[in-house]
Amino acid sequence: MINLTLPISDKQIRSLKAGDTVALSGVIHTARDAAHKRICETLEKREQPPIELDGAVIYYCGPTPAREGEVIGSCGPTTSARMDDYAPTLIAQGAKIMIGKGKRSEAVRDAVVKYGGLYLAAVGGAGALMKSYVKKCDLIAYGDLGCEAVYALEVENMELIVAMDCLGNTILR
Amino acid sequence: MRTLNTETIIEPLAEAIERALTDVEDSADTLLRQAAEKETEPAAKWALSKLVENNEVAKKTCSFACQDTGLAVVFAEIGQDLQLKGMLLSDAVNEGVKRGYKDARKSVAHPLSRLNTHTNAPAVLHTEIVSGDSLKLTYLAKGAGSENMSKIYMLTPSKGRKGIIDSVVDCVKTAGANPCPPIILGVGIGGTMEKAALLSKKALTRESGRPSADKDAAALEREILAAVNSLGIGAQGLGGNTTALSAAVEIFYTHIGMLPVAVNIQCHSVRHAALEF
Repeated sequence: MINLTLPISDKQIRSLKAGDTVALSGVIHTARDAAHKRICETLEKREQPPIELDGAVIYYCGPTPAREGEVIGSCGPTTSARMDDYAPTLIAQGAKIMIGKGKRSEAVRDAVVKYGGLYLAAVGGAGALMKSYVKKCDLIAYGDLGCEAVYALEVENMELIVAMDCLGNTILR
Repeated sequence: MRTLNTETIIEPLAEAIERALTDVEDSADTLLRQAAEKETEPAAKWALSKLVENNEVAKKTCSFACQDTGLAVVFAEIGQDLQLKGMLLSDAVNEGVKRGYKDARKSVAHPLSRLNTHTNAPAVLHTEIVSGDSLKLTYLAKGAGSENMSKIYMLTPSKGRKGIIDSVVDCVKTAGANPCPPIILGVGIGGTMEKAALLSKKALTRESGRPSADKDAAALEREILAAVNSLGIGAQGLGGNTTALSAAVEIFYTHIGMLPVAVNIQCHSVRHAALEF
């Protein structure tokens, strides 16, 4: 298990290989289908997106609501492929790490290689376990989208696997 | 004739849904543990051990096993000697779903406007008239990851048994890591297009790992399971032998010129409930 603390350097990104398991700590942002659509529309209009994309870590996740006294609800990854149409745009804007589940398109792979990013896989369906890694959760934007809003999550030792490294090598079959 | 006020189903259904969403079905959990034990591919073994841990954490902390608490699918078997009174059955089911999903994720939206109903209703309700005087409800939480990878194949009869197995293998192969393997397969064979699809969903209501009582279907289940597990997709697409935990086949008569095969994929997070009134 390799410890990764955000923000991560390009050197660290280059040192990671597909198949490495990592324990990620720091602040990441959630975004899934609807939030990606809005972020890309914002960029198209040359307006400022609600999060700093340069160096961003995007987690494809729509959590269940937090119960009273809880930080967040269950929060496992959603299928990354649905974000494939948007991801290259975000990567070109500086987004460094994507966290999700399942395979990516060739276009995403090309962008990862070109800009030096990473795609990490979280264990799909492990929503309760993922919740235990989240120490803080703040609503950042698109509150009207409910579970699809953008949240900033402070995570501690979130266990993930490098599904695609910066050379485009993937471990997913 | 026995009568049942449909309003009496609301609370029990809501409670059953709440419980099902935090407690993964015992049989599916057992199959997952056995797979975690047996798996030799290190990355897949890691993922399986995390899934076992997840189910334990969910139970212990009363957390939802998966954040995708799904679209509610409900099968209602209505005894023909039972008279339903009160509100419309579908309204009662939807009310039960609304209450059962109070704390869960609201994942139901209009297909065109994509506007969320914010209640997780309506449920997908299938009704069937059966013998007897009771009402049986079977609930399934169906997440998008696995449902999106499900398929229907309208084969010609000449494709036969091999065609059936090849279709399931094709479906699982295309799905890859998307439906959160290890998966459970519901396979509906025969009928018409919609009948096959319904059979495949019904197959998923069967206790995970329990073979069909029909000998032919049970044999096919074993063959399908062996075929998909030799694909090497593995848990979470990380390789190894655990692509599927079990397969359930349901068969119905079909037209002399048809061979419909529906493949409905269920993720490892099997969330079921069964009630009888």
